[in-house]
Amino acid sequence: MTVKALADYRFKSSDALENYQGKQLLYINWEKHRMFSRPFVVALPPETPFSVIVDKYITDCYRYHPDFARIDWSTVVWQNSNTVFSPDPVKSLKENGIGHKDLIRFTTPGLNGIADTGY
Amino acid sequence: MDMKTSKKLGLKERYTMMTRDLAWDTTYQPMDKVFPQVGYEGIKIHDWDKWEDPFRLTMDAYWKYQAEKERKLYAILDAFNQNNGHLSVTDGRYINVLKLFLGSTPPLELMAARGFSMVGRQMVGAGPRVACQMQAVDEYRHFQTQIHSISNYNKFYNGMDEFAHQQSRMWYLSDGKSFFDDAITAGPFEFMVAIGFAFEYVLTNILFVPFISGAAYNGDMAAMTVGFSAQSDEARHMTLGLECIKFMLEQDPDNLAIVQRWIDKWTWRGTRKLASVGMMMDYMLPKRIMSFKEAWEIYFEQNGAALFTDLARYGVTIPKCFAQTVEEKEHVTHQSWLGFYMKPESTPFHTWIPGPDELDWLSEKYPNTFDKYYRPMYEYLDAQEKAGNRFNNKTQPMNCQVCVNTIKYNEPGDPMEMCFRETVYQGEKFHFCSGHCQEIFEDEPEKYIQTYISSHQALQGNCAPEGVDTHAPDFNPGSHIADYWRLDPRATGDFNGSEDQKNFAAWRDLATKN
Amino acid sequence: MTSNAFIAFQTNDVTRSIVEAIVEDNPGAIVVEQPAMVKIDVPDRLVIRRTSVEEKLGRDFDLQELQLHLITISGHLDETDDEFTLSWNS
Repeated sequence: MTVKALADYRFKSSDALENYQGKQLLYINWEKHRMFSRPFVVALPPETPFSVIVDKYITDCYRYHPDFARIDWSTVVWQNSNTVFSPDPVKSLKENGIGHKDLIRFTTPGLNGIADTGY
Repeated sequence: MDMKTSKKLGLKERYTMMTRDLAWDTTYQPMDKVFPQVGYEGIKIHDWDKWEDPFRLTMDAYWKYQAEKERKLYAILDAFNQNNGHLSVTDGRYINVLKLFLGSTPPLELMAARGFSMVGRQMVGAGPRVACQMQAVDEYRHFQTQIHSISNYNKFYNGMDEFAHQQSRMWYLSDGKSFFDDAITAGPFEFMVAIGFAFEYVLTNILFVPFISGAAYNGDMAAMTVGFSAQSDEARHMTLGLECIKFMLEQDPDNLAIVQRWIDKWTWRGTRKLASVGMMMDYMLPKRIMSFKEAWEIYFEQNGAALFTDLARYGVTIPKCFAQTVEEKEHVTHQSWLGFYMKPESTPFHTWIPGPDELDWLSEKYPNTFDKYYRPMYEYLDAQEKAGNRFNNKTQPMNCQVCVNTIKYNEPGDPMEMCFRETVYQGEKFHFCSGHCQEIFEDEPEKYIQTYISSHQALQGNCAPEGVDTHAPDFNPGSHIADYWRLDPRATGDFNGSEDQKNFAAWRDLATKN
Repeated sequence: MTSNAFIAFQTNDVTRSIVEAIVEDNPGAIVVEQPAMVKIDVPDRLVIRRTSVEEKLGRDFDLQELQLHLITISGHLDETDDEFTLSWNS
């Protein structure tokens, strides 16, 4: 469906890629660790190596959780939205197929939050 | 000799006399040029005279009763303020409810006043026009009296002075702003369904009835009187919303499909808007009268069932989201409070972990969910705070493109999983908190691609004070956003250790001793 | 399923009489008192009669005065000089 309007109704998206001056948006969520309430968003150049996501952004945010120190990174399951993928840490976001406004979800098998509540 | 006395006109006659003389067909210009907006949404109206206000309120009666309400209201406000009433509330934490209310509600009352002024101008019949005009004046009154009643608290407590500046900028106020922006940019009939019906009739009881009764229970006579004074207008507003639905459905069978889509859309949007109200009831009132879950059952499930059973004769069905809201009533307030608690530097009000007796109350009121999903986490965060390691999530949020809530709700049927939905429109990805918001987007994508998301705007460099180079390589939007919001640092952080906490305790001590 | 029509008032001296009148005129009325307010539920149809309220108050009463004390209603409304009625499924 489309908007019903009395005149031409065409506007730009508020979050079009061109609004980010060479960067793109990326959302990140740690599954079954909902203590952080919601995913977080960063704006990064598409050339950013994937390792930066883990070493900087994920670590800075999630290390507050007691499960974080127990993560076995070799068993982590990565998803881009609902699609499972295996990111190459030395390759860039772009080379890992990660585009503007993609949602990276990671699951840590065996770790299900405080007292297994999902939080 | 017979004295002939002319009998006073009855209520029905007075109302008929007033409205019939206020409407006429224009002759210098065609009607569709004078009332351009009533046709384009697809709603077909054949006889505007069929719309009648069941209150049959005439203008002289309206002004008389509204003036009386104002006299009562200001007498109580004066008495409350003259007696340092702010020190008689149950606990200093309570005042944070007012800060959240001040930011989130009066600006929306003003938007409602604007909306009803615009719709009143567009409606062809005198009945709806008069009712819309009265409601516009009411909403303006609510906007003013809410600010006025809270202004006394502003003399003593932090975080209330920049609510108008923050309204269109602050992350957690974007959901309410988006709600009214969406309604007011729709056509006149959709606005009536959105605000008059879905919000006023189906949902507003949750905001003003248990919550304002809760304010009274916590000793806040100012909020109680302003809330109930506003609410005394709501019965009229609810009636207008319901009349509008019936009128559209009785005018033409083709209207049903359009009206049903609006009911589905706006009941859901209103439900999302109310998550933070539920949180105020469950977490922010020191003394609680009922849980959000109980209020939802009384005012939405039971009352909604009565309403939609009745409307079934027109072919209207219960809103699509009904079952999901029933599931979510067990969860949303706990998820919402966490969303604010973990962001202590980003709100002009304080947050805290509920005390042990309050956690017990939540366990008792939410036997199916609180102990299983939420209590262990809140107890963990409490221990961390007491150990000097209070939770502070410094990241920027991901928001729903439609309701602009942060994406914090669970997948239906699985409280441990976050709910994600997405769609691609014109090559760009858009994310939603729920299937209902996704459907609203897909019905009118051109509208919702324009959504203002605070964290995105900051990352674009649009939320820094003047003079900051947002193109500098080391530009960090997070370090300027508090200034952009004009956030008073004294108003942020945990309630424990806050200036408000110290002042309230000291002043209350002075009030009870020499 | 029976649907309840309801009305809620601020608690005050006038509404005390109004509530008494409603309870007398509506068999099956359920009165729930909450802080600063009172809510009355009646299955299907709730009626407020002017004459009953006047008798309780001991003075003339215009039903439109209800506007001053109302908090919320549920049901289709019909108001005349003599009766204020809320109903479902009628």
